[in-house]
Amino acid sequence: MSLILEQILNGLQLGVTLFLLAAGLTLVFGIMGVINLAHGSLFMVGAYAAAWAAGRTGSYALGALAGLAAAALIGILVEFVVLRRLYDRNHLDQVLATFGLILFFNQGTAMLFGRQPLFVDMPALLSGAVEIIPGVPYPVYRLAVIAVGLLVAAGLYLLINHTRIGMLVRAGATNREMVRALGVDVRLLYTLVFGLGALLAGLAGLMAGPLSSVQVGMGENILILTFVVVVIGGIGSVRGAVFGALLVGLADTLLRAFLPGLLRGVMAGPEADALGAGISSMGVYLLMAVVLLLRPRGLFPAHG
Amino acid sequence: MARAAVEPGLRPLAWEMRGRVALALAFVLLAALPFVLPLLGAQAVVGLATRMLIYAIAAASLNLILGYAGLVSFGHAAYYGVGAYVVGILYAHWASDEPLLGLVPGTDQFLLAVPAAVIVSGLAALVLGALSLRTSGVQFIMITLAFAQMLFFLFVSLDHYGGDDGLIMRRPNALLGLNLRDDATMYLVALGALALYLLLLSRIVRSRFGRVLSGIRQDERRVIALGIEPYPYKLAAFVIAGMGAGLAGALMANMTRFVSPDMLHWTKSGEFMIMVILGGVGSLFGPVLGAACLIGLEYVLAGLTEDWQFYLGPLLVLVVLFARGGLSGLLGRRAGVGGSDG
Repeated sequence: MSLILEQILNGLQLGVTLFLLAAGLTLVFGIMGVINLAHGSLFMVGAYAAAWAAGRTGSYALGALAGLAAAALIGILVEFVVLRRLYDRNHLDQVLATFGLILFFNQGTAMLFGRQPLFVDMPALLSGAVEIIPGVPYPVYRLAVIAVGLLVAAGLYLLINHTRIGMLVRAGATNREMVRALGVDVRLLYTLVFGLGALLAGLAGLMAGPLSSVQVGMGENILILTFVVVVIGGIGSVRGAVFGALLVGLADTLLRAFLPGLLRGVMAGPEADALGAGISSMGVYLLMAVVLLLRPRGLFPAHG
Repeated sequence: MARAAVEPGLRPLAWEMRGRVALALAFVLLAALPFVLPLLGAQAVVGLATRMLIYAIAAASLNLILGYAGLVSFGHAAYYGVGAYVVGILYAHWASDEPLLGLVPGTDQFLLAVPAAVIVSGLAALVLGALSLRTSGVQFIMITLAFAQMLFFLFVSLDHYGGDDGLIMRRPNALLGLNLRDDATMYLVALGALALYLLLLSRIVRSRFGRVLSGIRQDERRVIALGIEPYPYKLAAFVIAGMGAGLAGALMANMTRFVSPDMLHWTKSGEFMIMVILGGVGSLFGPVLGAACLIGLEYVLAGLTEDWQFYLGPLLVLVVLFARGGLSGLLGRRAGVGGSDG
């Protein structure tokens, strides 16, 4: 029982990380109509900048600040130099140009930091474990990640539903042309939204640093999982991103943790392990297939 | 530029003839290449040229859905990898002499393994395409990518077939007493396969089926209004493209005598797309040009610097931003022959 609770918390933590990425991706698509493959690179930039600054200064907080700043600045720079020219292009051009950006960022990072993964120490304040549920000691850091993610989700909700900028964002997602026609400075809005998305991706990256190794290509592994989230949740919908991310995070973690064990009850050990590993690594994609069969536009379609 | 407006079907006969003569000439020149290159002391280039031909098959197959039907599939490497793995797995079972799942005997025969690879990758494309094509636009891009990643993880988890490390074939498949280890032989086999596949594609593109695909790209709603249901057409094109990629994978497995999950990696799908774009979307020979160009560029850049991707990436961005229509667009404009439609 306690093991299940622990894995549920792990699933929540992965879900929260996915949400931070999916929110940016889905907002950028919803408003600018751009598919940005380089979103995962911003995740990586956040993680590397935080790891580097934390290593230099010995302070996790300074590292976190550096990660956020680097991701947001590079995000805005990328929007200014490349993405801005892609808004009116078709998806194919967007995919290729941002694929080029991925090659650039990955190789650039490898040139700067080498191919060896970096490891980041946990901040001392958050390094222990607590028993929030009696009998289940759980790392404080992971709880903090979950808390930050939920806070960001709440903050985004307020921002989008109760502020003027949020109103423009919603209006932009519904009808871009109309917002432009009403005299809103769309360029500024686009840059802001893109910067916000980059910031969230950087936040996810810097928080993931101490949990997994920081390495080249980390952005793309999680980016593809984020795509699954966005497809399941419904593209362009932040609410869909929340539910999709939690669903994918929980499903992925629980399948990996328990499927081999369950299968071992029915078949021989090594075969069960192999089959279990195979199915659980494909699990979220199968989940996506099922959602698609039932609801081709995702669980929470953004328009209509 | 007036000629550019002429539809391919309505082209004057002289044009048609001239095109055919040029094609036959190009084919003969290409076929002579493996015998000419060693005379120039460039034996090693034969292997490089073979890779270009094999990748050209994969790129041409992607072009059918991407260029003609306008379906941006970002998971094409999946079918390429499945084709390669079918050859590899059949070979492994032939070598160990135990049937696959206790039913299917393994084989090292090219004429059995390669068609099997084509069929299995076609089936994979049928299943995944049937699901993916329920969506469109950006979702379609994401889903094809995600399903390809799913197959990638599937092969990584198959420890029995090498898992992460992949599967080594001790020998290439046996084909009518030919020695596929020989560079020139492998090259000619790949060239023959490419020629046949391009011939098939040219027939498809000119058929009614091909016209419908083009119509779907230009305006899907109009196609529907004409009383044509697009889904079966898209799915059929997706399967044909998947089979082409499977053929390319099966040939590559024979050439390198090695298959690994890397062949299904998403960057491979990206490379296929680059080849199509570089060569020019929706032209029959564009992808061939694009494949040759990208492989050549990678070869040259990799020879100059270890960090070639650092330079290739921005180059790609520039191509997308400033060179629309790709290489064949540029060449075509110079020669005064434009694409068949805008």
